[in-house]
Order: sequence, then C-alpha cells, then structure tokens
Amino acid sequence: MKILNILLSAFRALQRNKMRTFLTMLGIIIGVGAVIAMLAIGQGAEFSVKQQIAALGTNILMVYPGAQQQAGVRTAAGSAVTLTEDDALAISRECPAVRYLSPGSGAGGQVIAGNLNWSTGIQGVGSDYLEIRQWSVEYGEFFTDQDVKAAAKVCVLGKTVADNLFPETSAVEQTVRIRNVPFKVVGVLTKKGQNANGQDQDDLILAPYSTVIRRLTHWPNLRSILISANSVAEIPVAQKQVTEVLRMRHKIQPYDADDFTVRNQTDLATTATATTEIMTALLASIASVSLLVGGIGIMNIMLVSVTERTREIGIRMSIGARSRDILTQFLIEALVLSLLGGVTGIILGTVGSSVISSILKWPTIITPFSVFLSFGFSIAIGIFFGFYPARKAAMLNPIDALRYE
Amino acid sequence: MIHEITTTPAQKDGLLIQIDHLSKVYQLGEVDVHALRGVSVTVSPGEFVAIMGASGSGKSTFMNILGCLDKPTKGGYFLEGIDVSKLTRDELAAIRNLKIGFVFQGFNLLSRTSALENVELPLFYCSISNKLRKSKAIAAIERVGLGDRIHHYPNQLSGGQQQRVAIARALVNDPSIILADEPTGNLDSRTSVEVMGIFQELNNNGITVILVTHEPDIAQFAKRHIVFRDGKIKSDKINPNPRIASEVLKELPMIDEEEEAA
Repeated sequence: MKILNILLSAFRALQRNKMRTFLTMLGIIIGVGAVIAMLAIGQGAEFSVKQQIAALGTNILMVYPGAQQQAGVRTAAGSAVTLTEDDALAISRECPAVRYLSPGSGAGGQVIAGNLNWSTGIQGVGSDYLEIRQWSVEYGEFFTDQDVKAAAKVCVLGKTVADNLFPETSAVEQTVRIRNVPFKVVGVLTKKGQNANGQDQDDLILAPYSTVIRRLTHWPNLRSILISANSVAEIPVAQKQVTEVLRMRHKIQPYDADDFTVRNQTDLATTATATTEIMTALLASIASVSLLVGGIGIMNIMLVSVTERTREIGIRMSIGARSRDILTQFLIEALVLSLLGGVTGIILGTVGSSVISSILKWPTIITPFSVFLSFGFSIAIGIFFGFYPARKAAMLNPIDALRYE
Repeated sequence: MIHEITTTPAQKDGLLIQIDHLSKVYQLGEVDVHALRGVSVTVSPGEFVAIMGASGSGKSTFMNILGCLDKPTKGGYFLEGIDVSKLTRDELAAIRNLKIGFVFQGFNLLSRTSALENVELPLFYCSISNKLRKSKAIAAIERVGLGDRIHHYPNQLSGGQQQRVAIARALVNDPSIILADEPTGNLDSRTSVEVMGIFQELNNNGITVILVTHEPDIAQFAKRHIVFRDGKIKSDKINPNPRIASEVLKELPMIDEEEEAA
C-alpha cells in the first residue's frame, strides 16, 4: 500500500472519532507544549544569568607577579618583581585570544583639591581599562592612549571621590594634587556601587599607569596586568597563551614553576551557568513526564482501536493485506496522532512561553534545538507507543479476526 | 508477492484446485478436535460447486483452508499448481489478494467507507496505479449492477446491495475462484435469488464459484454438490438440472421491489 494512501486512510480513521482523537492528541499537545515552554523559560534564565555574569566581567584575567622564592620559603604572590611594561606589550601583541589589556600599577594616598582632601587609592591603568571592566565615564572623558604614552598628568575620578572633593562644582577640568603632584581631572566615572564584599567601587582614582609609575611609585614594574579575553569561552585559551608568552619572556625552564600568577573568574560563571542548566534540565524532565503520559494515552487508544477494529483487520487480511500492511497502517495512525499533537504542542508552547515572558517579565528563548527535540520526541513516542498495538493488530489470526464480534 | 511462489511440477493439467488427503486437527486444551479427516477433491476451472453439510461437518474449516485463511495439518492443497500448504503468512496473503475473492454471509464491508472504496480495497494491497485501481473498481461495481450507487455508504444500501458490493470487491482483482460463505444467509428469498443470479452470470462468464450453504434450494443453483459429514466428504455429485436464477425470479412475486428502490 502506498504511503499516501495509508496516510489518507489514517486521517480518515482518526476523523471518525474526532473527540477521541482530540483527547488523545491533547496528551501529546500538553506534553510537547510543556517541554517547549519549560525549555524556553530555562534557557531564558540561563541567558539572563550569563548576561549578568558577563556584566561582572567574567572574561577577565588577572596576571600578578609570582611569589618570590627565597631558599624554599615562598612569600606572598606579587612580592617578586617580574611583570614589566614590555611583558604587557608582548601579551597584547602575541596573544590573539586577548581582546583588551590594561597594565596596572597603584599607589595610595591623600588627594587634595582646594581646601578639601580625601584618602583613596590611585590606580594606574591602561586606556582600555573601562572596556575590560565594562565601565563608563559619566562626565568628561577617559584618558587616551596618547596620555598613557606621554605619561600625562591626567586622571579620572570615581563618583565617591568626585562627590567628596568637588561637592558643589563639576570635577572635570579641575586639578587635584596627589602626593603633591598635580593631576588634571578629565572625567568622572559612572556610579558602580558596592561590590559583593561591600566595598565601595567608586572610591578610586584612575590615572595612566605610566604616570603613576613615574610620578608616584617610582617603581618600574607593574603590580598587575588586567586582561579581557575575546569571550568567556576563550578564557582558557587566553590563559594558556598569556602563560606561554610570559614563560618564554621570563626564560623559565620547562620543569620550573611560573614566576607569575594568572587568575580568572570563570569559576563563578561556571557555577552560575551550571546551576541554571540544571534548572533547565529539571524543568524539561518534569515536562517530559507529561509527554510520556501522553504517549501512554496514545498506546491506550490504539489498543482500544485495534480491538474495536478487529473485524476490519480480518476483512483487510482476507482480501490480501499482509501483516506488515496492517502494522504500517496502525503505526502510521499512531504517528499521525503524535505528530499532529507535537506540532500543535510546539505552537502552544511557543505562544505559552511568550505569554509567560510578557506577564512575568522573564526572558524566554525558544531555540531550534528545543523545537527539534520536542518534534523528535513526539515522533519517537508515536513509534514507540504505537508499535505494540500495531503489532498486536498485525499478528491477529485472519479467521479469528473475521469472526470477532 | 506472487513472484515468490513457483509453480511445482505436481500441477495437473487443467485442474484449478487439487486437494489430497487433507486433514485439520484443532487442539482445544487437552482434546484434539478432528475437523477434517482426509479430504480429497479436485475442482476444474469454470465449475460452480456448492458445499453442503450440517454445522460441525467440517465445511467451514474446509472453506477456510480453501481460502488460504488457514493451513491444513496434513495433506496437500494445490491451487493452480501452487502448493499452498507450504506458503508463509505473507505469501498466503498474496494468494488471497490475487487468486481468491471472498463473499461472506455478513457482507463484511468497511463501514463509513463508500461502496467504491470498499471495492478498491483489495487493489490497495497490490501494486497498481491509482487511476487503474479506480477504473477497475468502477467496472466491478457496474458488473454487479450498482453503477449508480458507487458513492453510497454501506448503511445507505440494502442487504442485497451490500452483498453485491461485496461481490464486486471479490471480483475486482480478477480472481481464479470466488469463495462464498453462506452469501444468502442474511438475505430474504427474492434477494437471495438475485444474488445467486449474479453468481450464475459470473460463472457463465468462466469464473469458478465455490459456495458454502446449508440451504438446499440455494444449492440447487450450483452445478455440483459436495456434502460434508464428520470431517469427510459424504457425497460428491453433479447437479443435472441446476435452477436458473433469472427464470426463478420471473416466477417470484414482485414483493418489496419499490421499498428497496427507495
């Protein structure tokens, strides 16, 4: 029997019991719809968590000078003087996975402006610092690469510093004195608030690292190098490239330990992403239970249908239907049920998740993957749960089937 | 399909059916029921055979084996030279499809399926184009005189008309034999004669008809009578003066002709 004819007769058979067909399909519709909606919600949550973490700057790597080793006693990380400006330049030149880089130096001290003063940290950074930290300037502008190269005496104030030193006026274009060195204020950063440890992130002054080294610390080496990788995924690559470049530049033998430390924040990101992924999987598996129940519904109805149509099966066999013709016929019927239910379920799930996202203001994402998954699931369920009833029909003895009342 | 079945050298010239010492034993729990105990019979093309016997005589079992719905326990059954008793389930299905046309007492039409589609049904199970299938089905329906009712559903047709649709379905694939199992059992006497008339007409055109009945006056339309008793053939005789259905119909009063037409 040709597939088209089988399909036609399957549709007709399903049409005869519209209510029953609809109710059977409803099981699959709800199952597939639930899977789609749950995956959409889960993946939406995953996406927004990832976005929030990215805003924290998880694609950041920090390079510190390594711990100094003196007669087997290791001192604190950063105590050795191993990171130089040339190291930083080499990294930005030779590591393709590195997107932005900001050499860091720092000093603390009293900052004076007019008759006000404020004690804060002065960080020497590169011109790409704001790109790495995903920060921005509220007033004025950030210093340029030119300023860094020229070791210009310019600085950008954190919001807290600006508020304390210039409570009445605009800080931009004013001068502040740091350890008696005058710096011109070129910008004020936007407010960032407290970090996770309760520290005020706006209580700082940013200045070109070259200026800080030459004018304030008088110490030629870098305290750290701040790096952002091209993406969160490329952090391990970037980390490897940075390590290789630095080992080569520092002439470290293969069996010797690094004289620097590279740290990243991916642990946080991995944990948070893993949590939402588990949540998605949990939601989807709960939803797929209803899909399973829908499949059992199909099996149940197909068994009833086979029993009801025993005589029809007998007639078909007596006029020449082979076992496989009967098998195909009932399998196709089950498949049509589950496929129609699946497609309707995908539509319902899509509509449902957009309703959820507009009511709860929760992002939902429907990926082609989840659509294919649910579609594949409903085909599999049709075949799996349709097979037993279809086989039962195909294995009937023609004489018994013909005499069945 | 049919090409898997090879003709054996055992084919006897011109014989349609050759049955040798056929026996069938059913196992009902611990008890063996001997439905057929060594039946031998041959049928030539173009015969019109009536198989008679009381219930339990084995005629239904014989019919089922003849129709390739069941397999014998022992003995050989050659249909057009093919040893049917050795065929698989699917090969038997192909034989039923191509060589045998069934007509049942209860019509056995698919409900909610039009007359045309019912007649088309056997052709779905063999390779044939959609166009040819339709034209063959229409030709078969016209042959039984229901050309104006091809789109009617079984529940819109009288018993006689339903049985004609069933006969058309049996005819549609040009079978070697038409097997009719009590075809008039559910019909009134006039309609019964009409249906027998169709069988006679088909037989006159060369189709072999084998009919199972327990009504002697229906059997009178056949040319040969085989009587079963206790799983054996009790008698096998030629009917010298078969009744002619068209003549019988003329003598019958026109009873509910109008009602049926309505």
